[in-house]
Amino acid sequence: MKAPPFHYHAPRSLPEALDLLRRLDNARVLGGGQSLMPMLNLRVATPDHLIDLGRIPELAGIEEGDRVISIGSMTTQRCIERSPVIRRQCPLLAEAIDHVGHQQTRNRGTVGGSLCHLDPSAELPVAALALEAELTIAGSTGARMLPFREFPAGYLTVALGADEILTRIDIPKMAPGSGSAFVEFSRRPADFAIVSVAVQLSLDCGGRLTGAAIAVGGIGYAPIRLVEAENGMIGRYPTNDLFETVSEMTASLGCEGDELYPAEYRRDLCGVLVERALAQAAERAGALANV
Amino acid sequence: MFDPQKIAVTVNGRLFETTVDARVHLADFLRHELRLTGTHIGCEHGVCGACTVLVDGASVRSCLMLAVQADGRRVETIEGVALHDGTLHPIQEALSRHHGLQCGYCTPGVIMSLMELGRENVGHSLSESEIRRALSGNLCRCTGYQGMVDAALELFGGAKGGQA
Repeated sequence: MKAPPFHYHAPRSLPEALDLLRRLDNARVLGGGQSLMPMLNLRVATPDHLIDLGRIPELAGIEEGDRVISIGSMTTQRCIERSPVIRRQCPLLAEAIDHVGHQQTRNRGTVGGSLCHLDPSAELPVAALALEAELTIAGSTGARMLPFREFPAGYLTVALGADEILTRIDIPKMAPGSGSAFVEFSRRPADFAIVSVAVQLSLDCGGRLTGAAIAVGGIGYAPIRLVEAENGMIGRYPTNDLFETVSEMTASLGCEGDELYPAEYRRDLCGVLVERALAQAAERAGALANV
Repeated sequence: MFDPQKIAVTVNGRLFETTVDARVHLADFLRHELRLTGTHIGCEHGVCGACTVLVDGASVRSCLMLAVQADGRRVETIEGVALHDGTLHPIQEALSRHHGLQCGYCTPGVIMSLMELGRENVGHSLSESEIRRALSGNLCRCTGYQGMVDAALELFGGAKGGQA
């Protein structure tokens, strides 16, 4: 099908975009269009106005700071994929992006668009949660910062006001002595994941765990962190026994399923993938620590 | 037209200045306005890859991009791939040689994806898995993909090339 009629706006600056968003009724912000365009073509979304952020250069780009990597919300997934800085400083994000869509969709699809669309099986929200990404959100009264973990607000819904636009994603650089892994299970390469797991581990020089982040996607409307398991890992050695114990803890996770992949199947996958991701991340952390 | 938008877009080297309705996607613009019907529409929601074209050199699903978003940009379609005298592009030759097409519906999209792959990897030899990954966004119901992969391996696979 074809998109329904709408008025198209292509603001050249963020203030102009915010002004349009404040003034217009039933307006939708268009990022890379890899989710919203299908929704328009399928008539799932029927906005009166489309505000295209694609002509605002200040919203795209990757900047390396002292502590964080700042990613403009309109930075394409392809740009992340090809960034040596991201591969070096946020390898978890680089590994996650390898699972996102196809080259034809990564060429257009944006990081901000993926986070705002919040598909329950999308990879980037899982990586953002594990990496403790901080979002910068611009509104008509100024900008605010929000940790990504407070961003999901429901199925395909985020904590973004009607007059607000996500402008930047800050991701802490990976500390030395850390390792990460992103693993998922899907039926075909580049499909949305049925379950995906993002892990980042930090070790002290004696080889004990000083930090653990485990994020799981595909078991609810938004990814979750396994906080209890993470806390229990601190101070321990990263052994296979420990990973098995953590994996077993996922058996009690609340999990939503659908007709294709029921809850118990997703929960089983979750246990397998968590153990696999932990082992891979630990191995990589060890390799880094020995350098 | 509900929301007429003026655009100037270069398609296969030729500049077109015209007015389009905002809701018209790039694939329909190419097919209906410019009569470039080589770009095929399969699913029209970004799944099948039949409508793949290059915009400023990057492969995109032209059903997921509005024609107005191509304003000021350079679009390449299947019509611009072969020479004017009909001489096929090496990618087209190789696909033909390896039976990388059958009904031909997905073929324009496949060729545009391979055009990008070739340009991005000049002087770099690609593995079969890299080629399969590059082709993963183009669905084909006839060939089983092996002919396409063989064609791409011959062109971009370096030492591994040439196998039939």
